[in-house]
Amino acid sequence: MAKPKVATTSLAGCFGCHMSLLDIDERILKLVELVDFDKSPVDDIKEFTGRCAVGLIEGGCANEENVRVLQDFRRHCDVLISVGDCAINGGIPAMRNGIALMECLQEAYSTDHRLGPKVHNPDNVIPNDPELPLLLDKVYPCHEVVKIDYHLPGCPPPADTLWEALVALLSDKPVALPYELIKYD
Amino acid sequence: MSETLASAIREIAQACGNDRSRMMDIVEAVQAKFGCVSSEAMDLIAKQVSTHRVEVESVVSFYAFLSEQPKGKVVIRLCDDIIDEMKGSESVAEAFRQELGIDFGQTTPDGVITLEKTPCIGMCDQAPAALINNEVITYLSGDMAREIVRKLKKDPDPKKLIGRLGDGNNAHDLVRSMVHNNIRLAGEVVFSTMASGAGLKNALAMTPQEVIRDVKTARLRGRGGAGFPTGMKWDFTRQAPGDKKYVLCNADEGEPGTFKDRVILTEKADMMFEGMAVAGYAIGADTGVVYLRGEYAYLRALLEDALAKRRNAGLLGNDVMGKKGFRFDIRIQMGAGAYICGEETALISSCEGLRGDPKNRPPFPAQKGYLGCPTVVNNVETFCKVARILEHGPGWFAKMGSEGSSGTKLLSISGDCAKPGVYEVPFGIKVREVLDLCGAEDTAAVQVGGPSGQMIGMNQFGDPICYEHLATGGSVMVFNSSRDVLKIARKFMEFFVEESCGFCTPCRVGNVLLKEKLDDIINGKGAAGDLDYLESLGATVKAASRCGLGQTSPNPIVTTIKNFRSAYEAKIKAPAEEGLQPTFDIHAALSTAESIAGRKSVHT
Repeated sequence: MAKPKVATTSLAGCFGCHMSLLDIDERILKLVELVDFDKSPVDDIKEFTGRCAVGLIEGGCANEENVRVLQDFRRHCDVLISVGDCAINGGIPAMRNGIALMECLQEAYSTDHRLGPKVHNPDNVIPNDPELPLLLDKVYPCHEVVKIDYHLPGCPPPADTLWEALVALLSDKPVALPYELIKYD
Repeated sequence: MSETLASAIREIAQACGNDRSRMMDIVEAVQAKFGCVSSEAMDLIAKQVSTHRVEVESVVSFYAFLSEQPKGKVVIRLCDDIIDEMKGSESVAEAFRQELGIDFGQTTPDGVITLEKTPCIGMCDQAPAALINNEVITYLSGDMAREIVRKLKKDPDPKKLIGRLGDGNNAHDLVRSMVHNNIRLAGEVVFSTMASGAGLKNALAMTPQEVIRDVKTARLRGRGGAGFPTGMKWDFTRQAPGDKKYVLCNADEGEPGTFKDRVILTEKADMMFEGMAVAGYAIGADTGVVYLRGEYAYLRALLEDALAKRRNAGLLGNDVMGKKGFRFDIRIQMGAGAYICGEETALISSCEGLRGDPKNRPPFPAQKGYLGCPTVVNNVETFCKVARILEHGPGWFAKMGSEGSSGTKLLSISGDCAKPGVYEVPFGIKVREVLDLCGAEDTAAVQVGGPSGQMIGMNQFGDPICYEHLATGGSVMVFNSSRDVLKIARKFMEFFVEESCGFCTPCRVGNVLLKEKLDDIINGKGAAGDLDYLESLGATVKAASRCGLGQTSPNPIVTTIKNFRSAYEAKIKAPAEEGLQPTFDIHAALSTAESIAGRKSVHT
């Protein structure tokens, strides 16, 4: 029987959750015995090659590309997991949610409007290449955009938490994480 | 100004013995005199009764009828419940808005009139209704609202708005209100005549234990809705250690659609006081407190008068009815607009001069209630039943009603029916019979027991109203086939969100989440798993909440999903774009960026 496939992505995240996934250390060898990786930064596969058992989502949705990628994951994965606080709550990127989009852009790019240290941008140009995905009005947690089956909290979730959850899901057992693995204070 | 404030507060606090457990009376008096309890006033009150300012502020900020900000000389509170809405309160609201030039929650620039909405004021049988200060205005219309504003602008005295007086004691000089009793069916327990003292005399001829035995034999259960056996409650309280015990009467009738206690308080207050005295004798208490909801303040003078008459007749006070050593008196505690205070432990908190927070149970009030003493808390109607049981004997009472629910029950019937009002019926009556009595036609749904009860459909109209099947504290709302059950459920959820005391998370947060998801469904943004989500979240809120409010607040949703599932399913469609949540609108989310960039999304 073919191995089940796992896909991962980082949307508006910092790749910290992916780093945490790599923190499973030598167990990654066991993991590749269990699964094949499909679309993922781990193996740099850009497009889905087929149906996946599990999709791990890091980061929330800050721009249109994030939404399209997430939609693609929903279409291809049986189970979607929001991994980490950005996917679950929006996290650090969502700090802009209380501020109007134009104000955010001006603060980042415009010499005249910027309150922080000046940037050299005499024409106050806001980047607008058609290649750049349009920003959403605010940063959305993933479950507000598509249906999410599980949430793994943490910033990032520890390697052991990711490992236990993945192994349980792939071996068809209930995801019952002990308290120590979901306790963060 | 602050000199007068200081001396007024000193006077008010002294009248309450500088007792901080009388905080409600103190802040209510200050509110009445100055139109608000200002920050300065709170400091002064705290100092006067030797407590911390935060205790005063927590009370002022909790109750709807108290405010730190000054309100108008006249406060118009339009009743905002589903029945009033069905009877046209929206056009009344619009008329008030237009004529006053302000929105709800605002005060006119001259500081004379404040416009507010308030949950059910117990006038569903004569809706739409409003409270203007303490006066009740019933059967409102848009034209009447305009007329009222014009009159108030000329003379801001709401008493002058009262035109034709209502029936019975509503026309009494001490009441002078336009409220109607609407007693449609007078049963033989509450709405028949009883001579003052007839029940108490028999009680005093027995030992307290024998009185409790009689209440038990009558199989009397609490009429507030929960149906706890009254005799058993009294027994626990009697046996609880302590010299000082209390009898509390729950007259905080706040369950939307309930107004039967209003009618008892208007016409049969003496019977209720008699029941309280019987309870006092049975459990060994010398003090009774009636917790009267703020909305019924217009009845206070009448109740005080009834108490004075009983004192004069020797039915209250020292050596009641000549019984040596039995002392019992009753005071009235005003509430200030908080539904949660109908919950018995929250009611006790409020009587103690605190925020209306429910307390942990155990200890139950029977062990540790008002001021830490063993306390009996019963509903207005329960005390009336007690008086009659003692007058006629338990057998007389027990043979009425059904097996598990003896006696009669007062129903407050409102909504889509020809004869809304109060009906005293024997327990066990079928819903269909009730609908026939009140002249309801084309009925599609009936809300039994108010928002915290259940919404039933036609297939349950053959069920009996009693504790074992369809329990109710008295509220029966009738809806015909033109009404949308989802919108009714939403209205009820709005009510619970507003009235949650906020103490525990399941109730404070859970009810908001339930309401938001219901909103999504009503707005056509429901997703396939939403009903499961609502049911499971509803079960969590019920199981994890601390008091009866949260334990029942998901009922509007849970019972409509159970009994009107097709109404929900009809609203849930496939999402517009594959994979996306129906609540997520990508076009709306992108519109700001599109206008900044001056280009459209490449995907559209």
